[in-house]
Amino acid sequence: MQIETTINGKKITLEVANDELLSDALRTKGYLSIRQGCDTSCCGLCTVWIDGKPTLSCSTLAFRVKGKQITTIEGVQPQAEEFAQVLVAEGAEQCGFCSPGFIMTVLAMKHELKNPTEQEIIHYLTGNLCRCTGYMGQLRAIKKYLGGA
Amino acid sequence: MKYVGKGLPKLDGIRIATGQPVYTEDLAPANTLVVKILRSPHAFARIKTIDTSQAVALEGVACVLTHQDVPQVRFTLAGQSYPEPSPYDRYILDEIVRYVGDEVAIIAAVDEKTAVRAMNLVKVDYEVFDPVLDFETATEHPSVVHPEADLVCNIDIGLEQEKNIVCSHSNEVGDVEQELSQCDVVVEETYYIQAQAHAMMETYRAVSYLDHAGRLVVTSSTQIPFHVRRQLARALQLPASRIRVIKPRIGGGFGGKQTGSIEVFAALVTLQTGQPAKIILDRRETFTSTTSRHAMRLKVRIGADREGFIRALDIEGLSDTGAYGEHAPTVFWVVGEKTLPLYNKTRAVRYHGQVVYTNKMPAGALRGYGATQGTFALECAVNKLAEKLNLDPAELRLKNLIKEGETALAYHGKRLGSSTLHQCIEKGKELIGWQEKYPRKDMGHNKVRAVGMAVTMQGSGIAGIDTASAEIRLNDDGSYTLLLGSTDMGTGSDTILSQMAAEVLETTLDQIVVYAADTDISPFDPGSYASSTTYVTGMAVLKAAQDIKSKIIQQGAKFLETTVAEVAFDGQLLQAGDKSMTLEKLAELSILGSGKLQLVGHGTHGSDVSPPPYVAGFAEVEVDQETGKTTLLDYVAVVDCGTVINPTLARIQVEGGIVQGIGLALYEDVKYDAKGTLLTNSFMQYKIPCRKDIGNIRVAFEESHEPTGPFGAKSIGEVVINTPAPAIAHAVYNAVGVSVTKLPITPEKVFMGMQNKI
Repeated sequence: MQIETTINGKKITLEVANDELLSDALRTKGYLSIRQGCDTSCCGLCTVWIDGKPTLSCSTLAFRVKGKQITTIEGVQPQAEEFAQVLVAEGAEQCGFCSPGFIMTVLAMKHELKNPTEQEIIHYLTGNLCRCTGYMGQLRAIKKYLGGA
Repeated sequence: MKYVGKGLPKLDGIRIATGQPVYTEDLAPANTLVVKILRSPHAFARIKTIDTSQAVALEGVACVLTHQDVPQVRFTLAGQSYPEPSPYDRYILDEIVRYVGDEVAIIAAVDEKTAVRAMNLVKVDYEVFDPVLDFETATEHPSVVHPEADLVCNIDIGLEQEKNIVCSHSNEVGDVEQELSQCDVVVEETYYIQAQAHAMMETYRAVSYLDHAGRLVVTSSTQIPFHVRRQLARALQLPASRIRVIKPRIGGGFGGKQTGSIEVFAALVTLQTGQPAKIILDRRETFTSTTSRHAMRLKVRIGADREGFIRALDIEGLSDTGAYGEHAPTVFWVVGEKTLPLYNKTRAVRYHGQVVYTNKMPAGALRGYGATQGTFALECAVNKLAEKLNLDPAELRLKNLIKEGETALAYHGKRLGSSTLHQCIEKGKELIGWQEKYPRKDMGHNKVRAVGMAVTMQGSGIAGIDTASAEIRLNDDGSYTLLLGSTDMGTGSDTILSQMAAEVLETTLDQIVVYAADTDISPFDPGSYASSTTYVTGMAVLKAAQDIKSKIIQQGAKFLETTVAEVAFDGQLLQAGDKSMTLEKLAELSILGSGKLQLVGHGTHGSDVSPPPYVAGFAEVEVDQETGKTTLLDYVAVVDCGTVINPTLARIQVEGGIVQGIGLALYEDVKYDAKGTLLTNSFMQYKIPCRKDIGNIRVAFEESHEPTGPFGAKSIGEVVINTPAPAIAHAVYNAVGVSVTKLPITPEKVFMGMQNKI
């Protein structure tokens, strides 16, 4: 079927199958930051924003984004890079494979929570797994980023 | 030093963090066939008949390959230097399937949907055998996992196929039985270390195609491009010169990608069809059909005299390699290799036992590689010994641990070049507050807090075997290209190796282009495993940088018409008396003009020793006596990795390793049902630590100077995973008196332990 949607501010017509996942549809369209780390909605790698809210694109059927605003990390490069600078200074991107989904969640959190406590930060990001860093460096980066932003 | 010791960001950091397409799947050519694998539903069976006719007839299917279509040559997928100690015990596809998830057929189609539809149309008739599922009874089981006559071992590893024994090993120095009989205090305990999944975020994947000359090109998320090339050459019966393996950015490895679990399937499709092909395992396949840590049973006997000197140590091991023997002997040897030398007041030590085949997913390399298993058993036993001796466990260790300049019975007659382990323990005690907190504090409301500790060693590279090379080229603009075959899998090794080169060449990092890894371009490197990259490849880089530096000075002397001794080079300018020339000019003239010489520096390095890095780990836990639940509050890791080349990246390596160790200690467990089907095949069933599960982690370094390492450096990648399990087990014991000897330490085990005590 054909659906009209907006990706990173651009109106677009997508041809999607009934059972096609948004993550697959986006990769097919060339948004290669979208990664799938699991098939049980556990890892958070595929996180995009739908109408500004962080959402697992691997658990969203593509046709459901009809008429909605999708944002991938390709669409927020300046903000993503601003945080990435802090993250990378801590060495906490490591393999980088989970970073796009993680950064999309961090940026959404910054928008949603005012002066979050450490517990609130950890809670907000629990659905974003990382196997490399042990999370501590990411937490340091987030605190620096929020403190300085 | 200007670059060594600086916490610089990773050179690929911003690009990978912001989602740029630089990983294997992102680089697949257009119109690539999708490869799917039909897998065995049985733990042990023979394929009686396999009918692919309907699948092949489906529109869009390029090929369906079975055991009848593959070369009958056995090989190993273990990424090891030739001749691999791992047995050549597998075909690409075999008539016999040996575990649930073993490969039965390879299907390639124009897209995923078609491939899956075709897969469902393949009809297989199996003759089902009684599987060997319990590794403790595998040697007596009537079924033989590998009955085949053409199984090959490159070296004698003590294989006994009829008994399902892939490897037998015994190393004894002194007379252990006699020494134990003379000890005043002896601790004897059996420990079980579970299989563990790597759970790297990027699952296994490879893309293959034929290039302009008809050569096979495989782009793979691998830690071992050169070993993969050799594996493919043998498995596909092609000359290695017809194969090129490229490693792009990798989304984590942890040893998993030291086994060539997938490349051969895509490659075979490309050879059969002439078309590009890609294989991407999903998370379920990654859990069920690749490798895990070797589950082991380790029986420890440790004896001391009344003064608290450890005099005898005996470890008897049994390891489960699953259906195939990838890394089976070597992981097993490492258990003893990286534990016996720790306590060197011993008069006799022994490590012996067997590795057995079972009908489960093969085990393989996983960060720690046997040392993790050995450390858990040994350190738990040492903590128990301290209690029996009525000694503080830290004191017992300080009294018995090997020191710099000393040797040990099982240290091959060598002397230890560097160690600050004693300082690591002192520092760790201070940071965790050992004096105040050991052993426990009742917090009221059924909560008890307690501390525990463990120490560990690993190696740095494989002594006498692994050899790495590096090349540095001077480019026509005066910049350098550093060519490597090591595989940065997120660790930052490309960055720290550049830091080393920049230090020698007195240049800036932006003047060094790093390229790794590509078997057509890179010099040989075994790959990044065995904690080798900083230490072994680092030394190769150091040598290559020194080599090109001296060549630059020689060339400078020619241009400046003087002798080499007269030329001073500060990284930018070559000067001899009042004559001078910039490096840029020298490069331009040498490469483009009158000099007629492309300057290239070479470095090849292998080490006769594998200097151990050390960690002293301290855990503080809170145990809920009503539920048995353990909460990790604080973890302190004090690390001796020699000179810290990049403190920022080293710290993250430590924190990441500690958290993987916490997973092993408290949460992660690879489980099977009674028929041998893996139960823990998703992140729902197999729990890796999330942000809420880790408490606080604090890292400190106690630098030593390793005389054989680049700038005094040793390794860091693996050693950091070893201490959490024994240190947390110790803390739990100190809290509630329950000694959990079978990992992971679940609330159930602690709770039941408390009930049994009453």
